[in-house]
Amino acid sequence: MFILREMISFLPPLLEGAWITIMVSVVAYVLALAVGLMFGLARLSQFWPVRWAAAAYVQFFRGTPLLLQLFFIYYVLPYGGIVLTPFASGVMGLTINYSAYMAEVFRSGIQAIPRGQWVAARSLGMSRRLLMRRIILPQAIRIVIPALGNFFVSIFKDSALVSVITMRDLMFSGELLASATFKHFEIFTMVAVIYFVISYPMAKLMEYVEARLDTSRSRFGGKPA
Amino acid sequence: MEVEISAPSGPPILKFEGVSKSYGPLKVLRDVTLEIRTGEVVCIIGPSGAGKSTLLACVNHLESIDAGTIYFEGQPVYRYLRNGRVVSDPERRIEQIRAEIGMVFQSFNLFPHLTALGNIIEAPIHVRREPPKAARERGLALLGKVGLSDKTDAYPHQLSGGQQQRVAIARALAMQPKLMLFDEATSALDPELVGEVLRVMRELAGEGMTMVVVTHEMDFARDVADRVVFMADGMVVEEGLPEILFSKPGNPRTRQFLQTVLNRNGRSEAQN
Repeated sequence: MFILREMISFLPPLLEGAWITIMVSVVAYVLALAVGLMFGLARLSQFWPVRWAAAAYVQFFRGTPLLLQLFFIYYVLPYGGIVLTPFASGVMGLTINYSAYMAEVFRSGIQAIPRGQWVAARSLGMSRRLLMRRIILPQAIRIVIPALGNFFVSIFKDSALVSVITMRDLMFSGELLASATFKHFEIFTMVAVIYFVISYPMAKLMEYVEARLDTSRSRFGGKPA
Repeated sequence: MEVEISAPSGPPILKFEGVSKSYGPLKVLRDVTLEIRTGEVVCIIGPSGAGKSTLLACVNHLESIDAGTIYFEGQPVYRYLRNGRVVSDPERRIEQIRAEIGMVFQSFNLFPHLTALGNIIEAPIHVRREPPKAARERGLALLGKVGLSDKTDAYPHQLSGGQQQRVAIARALAMQPKLMLFDEATSALDPELVGEVLRVMRELAGEGMTMVVVTHEMDFARDVADRVVFMADGMVVEEGLPEILFSKPGNPRTRQFLQTVLNRNGRSEAQN
């Protein structure tokens, strides 16, 4: 009984942390989508310097640990006069890292669209920009939605890393409580349960979206009825 | 050889002058010179690998050429010599020319995320910037013209191959093109669906549309074409009036090709 009451007393600070975790994840995810799309398109640019720069971005940020990127943003950038709050640093680190992966997903989605679609659109006088926006992307995005959905679950869990740059997320709140009370077992169990309770429904939601898309995917490129 | 052209002979709308093109060591077009006049229906026939489709793709610069000049409405286009210097048309100008030229593909290439009507009005609204209402009205009329008034809201996957190709023709016509290109428009269709597409093409020809048709349908070429061009090995081997080219081909290669193809066609027609 005493244990239970004690655990309930741990709950408010942990839930506060969970809220921060959700905020960081959502903001970083939305930004990573936008930045990723931008770099994915840049990877396919007709101008080689743009292509090259985008490839460099993708390779560099996929090739270095997220943890190290967070350290750089929080501890090294201040030497260059750029001081960011833990929240901003965390969002920036996650955005940079995930946008590099997402850029590749967008690129492969775009490249999966048959050449005939480009040819038909161009033969109608569409500019590259227009055909990308009206013809290619609407089809490509359907293809990449499942992959992008999984990134959300993944970014939610990886956001625990931002605790190392003193952000009071769920992980950090857990560590604080644990070191203050020495109830490591109870507290980290609660932390794990909270992470899981949030991420499991999201994973389920993704499965559902994916299943829905699969049936409607027959709308695309399927055999004529 | 020169054959006198009796049929429609408006001003030339399209002209190839000494056009050559290679893919690496492979020469796909060799010094092709060909003129298409407004209102003319020209069928290009020949064995596969002859360069027919490539020639068509060069018309709207889906493929670039290595040598020679293409003229559209009397103007050199895409990449040409002016005052001894090579000039490249800006992208914008190329897009404008493409908008004037309709193209129909072997594999239809309808946009799968848009309905039949959506496919048709996409370019008029976004390229030509027509008011959506006017574009819709013309789109519906075009669907009626190709006999698909009841398929307005159908997605491509809900249509048969023949229906998809008719939508594709309507899509090209929606841009009110000055010239229509058909790249083996019936080759991917089941035999029983070929007729409905050819019927639409025949109608179009009857209305005076200028058409360049790459085809293996010899009956269509004989009946509809004002002129037939025989290509082989990237060259125009022979061109002339269909009744002359089909009955008395001047070149042995033409004769050999026609013999092979007409025999096969004769057999398949007997089966139908």
